[in-house]
Amino acid sequence: MKYALKKFAAMLVTILCISFLVYLAFDLIPGDAALAALGTDVEPERLAAMREEMGLNRPFLERYFDWLVSFVRGDFGTSYKYHLPVAEMIVSKLPVTVIMALISFAIMTVVSLPVGIYTAKHSGGRIDRGITVINQIMMSVPHFFMGILITYVFGMVFKLFTPGGFVSYETDFAGFLAYIIFPCIAIALPKIAMSVKLLRGSCMGEGKKDYVRTAYSKGNDTNKVLYRHVLKNAMIPVITLWGMMLADMLVGSIVIEQVFNIPGIGRILLTSISYRDYPVVEAIIVLIAFVVVVTNFCVDLIYGLIDPRINVGAE
Amino acid sequence: MLLEVNDLNIEFHDHDVPERVVNHVSFSIEEGEILGIVGESGSGKSMTAMAIAGLLKRHDLEKKGEIFFAGTELLHASRAKLRTFQGNDISIIFQEPMTSLNPVKRIGWQVEESLKIHRPDMSREERRSRTIAALSDVELPNPEQVYKKYPHELSGGMRQRVMIASAMICEPKLLIADEPTTALDVTIQLQIVKLLQRLNKEKKMAVLFISHDLSLVKRLCDRIIVMQNGDIVEQGSAQAIFECPKERYTKELIEAIPRLEKLV
Repeated sequence: MKYALKKFAAMLVTILCISFLVYLAFDLIPGDAALAALGTDVEPERLAAMREEMGLNRPFLERYFDWLVSFVRGDFGTSYKYHLPVAEMIVSKLPVTVIMALISFAIMTVVSLPVGIYTAKHSGGRIDRGITVINQIMMSVPHFFMGILITYVFGMVFKLFTPGGFVSYETDFAGFLAYIIFPCIAIALPKIAMSVKLLRGSCMGEGKKDYVRTAYSKGNDTNKVLYRHVLKNAMIPVITLWGMMLADMLVGSIVIEQVFNIPGIGRILLTSISYRDYPVVEAIIVLIAFVVVVTNFCVDLIYGLIDPRINVGAE
Repeated sequence: MLLEVNDLNIEFHDHDVPERVVNHVSFSIEEGEILGIVGESGSGKSMTAMAIAGLLKRHDLEKKGEIFFAGTELLHASRAKLRTFQGNDISIIFQEPMTSLNPVKRIGWQVEESLKIHRPDMSREERRSRTIAALSDVELPNPEQVYKKYPHELSGGMRQRVMIASAMICEPKLLIADEPTTALDVTIQLQIVKLLQRLNKEKKMAVLFISHDLSLVKRLCDRIIVMQNGDIVEQGSAQAIFECPKERYTKELIEAIPRLEKLV
């Protein structure tokens, strides 16, 4: 419990630091809300008056705290470009991104767990060597190319979905899933490759340890040694990786969203960067940081459940 | 005769030139006897122990000879057949008590594992009570508490006691102790040796005690085998070996025991 509280406090501090740095960065970049509202060819006097009116001349820290307080309350400001509340813009796009991330994550775990265990158990065999080669290819192919490849193969050759024909989850949920599964595969494939590689290595490293010899000396067969002894130990680094990957999937599918024409968070981020729509960018960056930090917090909690040694270290 | 090793040869093939680590080794152990094997590192004593325990798993080694345990040949037996003996009739404890236990499993779970494998009909309650009895048998204080602990919560000496309890749980006829005290400090070493001595008497269990520490071997063993570079140099009763060693190497080993009077 003490361990969880400590980690929770660390998480809050991290989020606070990030929000400060983000606000500071956008304060240093030339151009502000007044300029965005009036355009660049406005007379300096009107600009100064507007700044005064919007409270942009107040000290930095005061503005930061105001921004922070309203952020915590769920008021993320107003988009310069669309004149809509930022919160509303993000919330409407959030389900698509989250569902995509969760499906990709599910595909990754369900595939990489058995494949990783299998290759560790039969390391050096023909299938293991084949999978190692496939892994290398998956890891080295860039995301967008994987997306294009999948669009071509499944969309144009096998005609399993209409490329670019995104279906909204509000109108047709089944159709939405049938479309979304392909970008999810594109996101999951390189991550499957990485976690298979890590799990295989981790299992094989654990397999050389002394407690494995003890397990064999009791009359365990290879399967029992693997599932009852090795796997729990071998999962510790894999869970770290999965935590990072879940965070990455939640916030980093920008390229895949472009390739498959999916209106998610990545899409708004890209458009708002190109329009210098700072409130939107700020909000998304803080949101991304929040997701990453919360995922890491959950990973830390899972660690505490798997590895009994960790709780002691914190006390 | 409980164990009979006939002309055991073990050869590694992981380099260009095959490396002999055990050379024409033959010996036997009677029921309830304590046999010591002494020798410096690389003398082949641990490899001999591993061969008897059925733990030579590497594919790049060649083993020849025979190991009979209560009439059954083990060296060339199938894995499945070996498993019926491992942890059941033959148990082994190792040099490294710090790493020989699984760090993420509770002590109770690890000690009763052999019961789960070899006595599948035993009820959960009976397993638990047998395990707690075994933990108290190796003189661990508060066995019920220890049952619920994880390895990192115990000291090295306590972990080695847990290893012994785990090895004893199915009441084996032979316990192989491969340098069980080397990683422990001197006072704990003596406690472990006395514990093995007591268990040997009470359970009528034979012990193959492997060590490089002659003074411990002298204290514990009925008979002693001296090994060097994979060969048996000398074997005989503990008394005979210590009182009139025949071979030069044995004499050197005995000379090497630090004595207080020699130091002053």
